[in-house]
Amino acid sequence: MAIELADVSRAAYLARIGVSEAEAARYVDDLSHILDMADQLASVDTNGIEPLAHPLDALQPLRRDEVTETNHRDDFQACAPAVADGLFLVPRVVE
Amino acid sequence: MLDMTLAEMARGLASGELKSSELTKALLDRIEQHDEKINSFITVTRDEALEAAEAADAARARGDAGALTGAPIALKDIFCTKDVLTTCASHMLDNFVSPYDATVVERLKAAGTVSLGKTNMDEFAMGSSNENSFFGPVHNPWNLDHVPGGSSGGSAAAIAAGFVPAAMGTDTGGSIRQPASFCGITGLKPTYGRVSRYGIIAYASSLDQAGPMAHTAEDCALLMNVIAGHDQRDSTCVNQDVPDYTAELDKPLKGLRIGLPVEYFGEGLDAGVEKVVREAIRTYEALGATVVEVSLPHTRLAIPTYYVIAPAEASSNLSRYDGVRFGHRCDDPKDLIDMYLRSRAEGFGEEVKRRILMGTHTLSEGFYDAYYRKAQRVRRLIRQDFIDAFEKVDVLMGPAAPTPAFGIGQQSDPIQMYLGDIYTIAINLAGIPGISVPVGFTDGLPVGLQILGPHFGESRLLNTAHVFQQNTDWHTRRPTLD
Repeated sequence: MAIELADVSRAAYLARIGVSEAEAARYVDDLSHILDMADQLASVDTNGIEPLAHPLDALQPLRRDEVTETNHRDDFQACAPAVADGLFLVPRVVE
Repeated sequence: MLDMTLAEMARGLASGELKSSELTKALLDRIEQHDEKINSFITVTRDEALEAAEAADAARARGDAGALTGAPIALKDIFCTKDVLTTCASHMLDNFVSPYDATVVERLKAAGTVSLGKTNMDEFAMGSSNENSFFGPVHNPWNLDHVPGGSSGGSAAAIAAGFVPAAMGTDTGGSIRQPASFCGITGLKPTYGRVSRYGIIAYASSLDQAGPMAHTAEDCALLMNVIAGHDQRDSTCVNQDVPDYTAELDKPLKGLRIGLPVEYFGEGLDAGVEKVVREAIRTYEALGATVVEVSLPHTRLAIPTYYVIAPAEASSNLSRYDGVRFGHRCDDPKDLIDMYLRSRAEGFGEEVKRRILMGTHTLSEGFYDAYYRKAQRVRRLIRQDFIDAFEKVDVLMGPAAPTPAFGIGQQSDPIQMYLGDIYTIAINLAGIPGISVPVGFTDGLPVGLQILGPHFGESRLLNTAHVFQQNTDWHTRRPTLD
């Protein structure tokens, strides 16, 4: 399946990765080649085959609805780019 | 002393012939002397290691020691380590000091092992050559102009160079077995879910698995005894009894049924690699095993399936690197979107961006069914091939990689690089265990034999590898660093 510059730009925006036009053009070629390879899958008859998300075909286990974690806010914020008064700081969102 | 296996060191520590503090210091000195040319470590934790070694010696003196107390190891820099830098070889995390230990690290610490540091790797475990590291490429100790393989190339190179007897790696599409093959060491990818992924920086969650890398299968068994087992902090970790992996290492191989997948010996396989692998299989026949040809008919679909599923999972997992809570943040963002776009553009390397873009595209509206869901259906067919094969044979054997280690900078086309994982990727898609064992050399570079088993068949794999190593000496060969 062909991929165009607009597809790469859209994916980059959805993924929140800034790419220049020159970079996007390069990724068009790379992603086209990968998708050409992935197109081989279309030739396989998978009617009636259930998708396999977990290689052991296991189900998500359940646990008791109990609080087990303790508060580690200071530890976790020690590696944050910007914090104040126990809050993560980001650029102004609301004017 | 520095060329000993992990098991030999453990025996020396137990008998009192070795002191952990002396061993650790000697290894740290060797790293300091030689790692500049190999670049296998991102962080060497000299002070912490010497402190842990002294604590291990004291524990032994008190009579309070296990099989691996005081044994030196290293950790791929993908394992979160409390109060130690955990970079995943990315600019995105080059200042990240984890506030907690991964479960594997916790268990290794509890067993008394001494970590000498964090090993280099492909950024976020994406790569097959260890050239995609923010901290520069790792060089293969057997030939410094060649790659060590990826993504656990730092761990493999550190062992081959004699910096540590064993190290932990992770394997999403062959990242333990392929570098083990390229560096002439032994590496085991356990069954998916056998070892906890808690605290391992996620790449593709349904494929990632941690495992041991060392000189021998016996060393891998010793480490599996420590790291395997249920962890309720990882919901994909299997709650199933863990055997003693050293118990059946010496079991005779008479009657072992070996399957050779015809698809693993076809076009693209280097003649030198094939020759060495076939010689190893003849050794198995001499040890009493029988060999039959089998077929894994969906093998050709493994790479396209992987390169849909793994990037899709990566695009989701790596969305957490947004510059808000940890990791790189760009300077002076003008607003939130600008912060996301520039932080992620600056923080991620090219291969990581390529896979995130690929994954985001195939998961987006209009493409999900054609690619992601289709790949998951084909994944079931690939898994079924292995289940069918293991009804006829006990293990499968073939090359771990189609070529020996290639030159640094030689593979510039990402697709060609992806094709190098042809023999390892399907194993992750199916979730079965696999081990790479050194079985010889071609053009002066090591070659690995890959042995595969059914789900939870690690004991048989370790036994199959160990008996081979008791009858050959490829695992004892060491490169010259001077």
